[in-house]
Amino acid sequence: MTNSVVEAPPAQVPDELAPGHSRWHGVRPFLPLVALVVAAIVPYSTANLPGIFEGPLNSPGTLQLLAICLVFGGLAAGYDLLFGRTGMLSFGHALYFAAGVYGTDILVTRAGLPLWQAALLAITGGTILAALLGAVALRTVGIAFAMVTLAFAQVGAILVARDFYGWTGGEEGLPLDVSGLPPALVGVANTVNLYWLALAYLALVVFVVHRVSGSPTGRVLAGLRDDERRIGVLGLDPYRFKLVAFTLAGGLASAGGVVYCLIVGGASPHITSSELTLSLLVMVVLGGPGTRWGPVLGGILYMYLDHRLTAFGTSDAVNNLPAFLSHPLSQPLFVLGTVFILAVYFFPGGLTSLRTRLHPLLTTLHRRP
Amino acid sequence: MSDVVLLTLTGLGLAALYFLVASGLSLVFGLADVLNFAHGLFLGVGAYATWWAAGNLPGAGSDGFGFVVAVAFGVLAGALVAVLVELVLIRPLYSRTIEQVLVTVGLSLAGVALLQATWGADPRPFPRPAWTRDVTGVLGANVPNAGLLLIVAAAVVLGGLLAFLRWTRYGLVIRAGVENREMVTALGIDVRKAFTLVFALGGAAAALAGALGGVYFGTVSPGQGGSLLIFAFIVVVIGGMGSVVGSAYAAVAVGLLQQFVNYYGTSGLGDLCVVGLLAAVLLLRPQGLAGKVAHA
Repeated sequence: MTNSVVEAPPAQVPDELAPGHSRWHGVRPFLPLVALVVAAIVPYSTANLPGIFEGPLNSPGTLQLLAICLVFGGLAAGYDLLFGRTGMLSFGHALYFAAGVYGTDILVTRAGLPLWQAALLAITGGTILAALLGAVALRTVGIAFAMVTLAFAQVGAILVARDFYGWTGGEEGLPLDVSGLPPALVGVANTVNLYWLALAYLALVVFVVHRVSGSPTGRVLAGLRDDERRIGVLGLDPYRFKLVAFTLAGGLASAGGVVYCLIVGGASPHITSSELTLSLLVMVVLGGPGTRWGPVLGGILYMYLDHRLTAFGTSDAVNNLPAFLSHPLSQPLFVLGTVFILAVYFFPGGLTSLRTRLHPLLTTLHRRP
Repeated sequence: MSDVVLLTLTGLGLAALYFLVASGLSLVFGLADVLNFAHGLFLGVGAYATWWAAGNLPGAGSDGFGFVVAVAFGVLAGALVAVLVELVLIRPLYSRTIEQVLVTVGLSLAGVALLQATWGADPRPFPRPAWTRDVTGVLGANVPNAGLLLIVAAAVVLGGLLAFLRWTRYGLVIRAGVENREMVTALGIDVRKAFTLVFALGGAAAALAGALGGVYFGTVSPGQGGSLLIFAFIVVVIGGMGSVVGSAYAAVAVGLLQQFVNYYGTSGLGDLCVVGLLAAVLLLRPQGLAGKVAHA
């Protein structure tokens, strides 16, 4: 069993080669805050963006799609804590997300608990689950770790599908019983509150991930990604640090599950599938693993494309193409999978690396009068 | 008594299916350190190519010698797709393991979607020779012939693989490569040829699993490979990465455990027990039953 080598991120460009500071340089630290404010006031806009969204920006359908995109942006950022920042390839991350979704749903619908208790219990349960399973799975490294986490996640999928005691609703899923929920979170008219909830979740995850990766612990995690043996030689226990990262990411995913459960109003078995973990991986790689905003952008973009490509695949424009083109194009996963493979080949740093890569091109364009 | 015989033989049939998928996975992993998520795609290609050949290929059919031709066509198609994948997608990323895994992940998503786009998401009836639907009496138990066919096929593949690894030059290169790839490369042997060969072998075995699995289940659907693949992964980990014999032992253990527990316990409990077995093996022997040695 050899340790799989994880490529280190590209080295920083030295100052003398770095592009000159643009006039935006002073504003840059505040851009995330500006983006957050803009995202927060989106529901007040009635702008119509034909081709991008089906209705005006503040219509419930659009807001729900945006909310799902934001939740997955947060999920991808949490997953990147494992993959991009610690170099752990987990294929079982969907399990903790599903624990949040199904935990909330079962506790509210079957046990009749108030929402805040159910949410707290679900998040605590998901975190404990991540700690326990992580403790076993982390005895292996590299690819074996990936397979073991995949097998554990499969247990979750089996439990949900087999529907023991009729708790999970099996293949049909389990609609959320909204009678005991706070009225502000129920109904189509209140979609905007769910949107803000999703935005708050995304902000929380980004905040936590950035704080952790900036802390001394985060430096150890980056060290584990680059060379695990060296961390061991320094006298730090790699196992414990990896377990902390794994547990934290699991807890964040469970919290995302709670929000997602409220947005879609229930749980369905497809969120326990290994495909969800694979799509998280796709999101992170498309955005740029280990970067500040890449995973968030990747998650938002992936979910948006997944949704829109489904609509696009059944549109007339595609149906009028010859069969050998229209059939594959009607499958969003085919398009996303292909884009992902091309991304691994042609821009391994993800979307966020494009700026540095395109820089020479842009400077030549600017020089022209 | 007859219950036990029946469960043992159907469990072995399931084990045969797992072994056919896992043997290729294990070899590819042992030699190239690539966890091949696209392996389920090879299985799907084999199943659909057999299904297509039985209906459209001259000389092939769903009975007698025609069925053998159809299965041979499916296996060839699987091997061909596997070689193409290795040459076009895996080889340019030589020794960049994580990227190779990512590419196979993308391929598994896109490939299954492509199968679905071409033949629809619903299961299609699989052409089966009439005799595979019958049962054979073994010690008072009526065992389905499709399961027996799987056991025979897996035994033949196991024997063939072991003979290949033990008595041919390329088998020697593969065994040595699993043991220590850098050393083989340093001796001036081109390991990349061995990669392509191992991919072809694994693809062929997975395609055979797809074709015979179609006979066993009676239908063929795009998602068939995915569910089998997870258990095949478990078999590979329990058996020890890169060991064909270890995969065979682990496949038998997993198949029998699953059948017996699903029959005597509640349905679905067997699948959980398999994962429990995996956790136990990991805690007691993290390197798997056989460790990373391609002992023939």
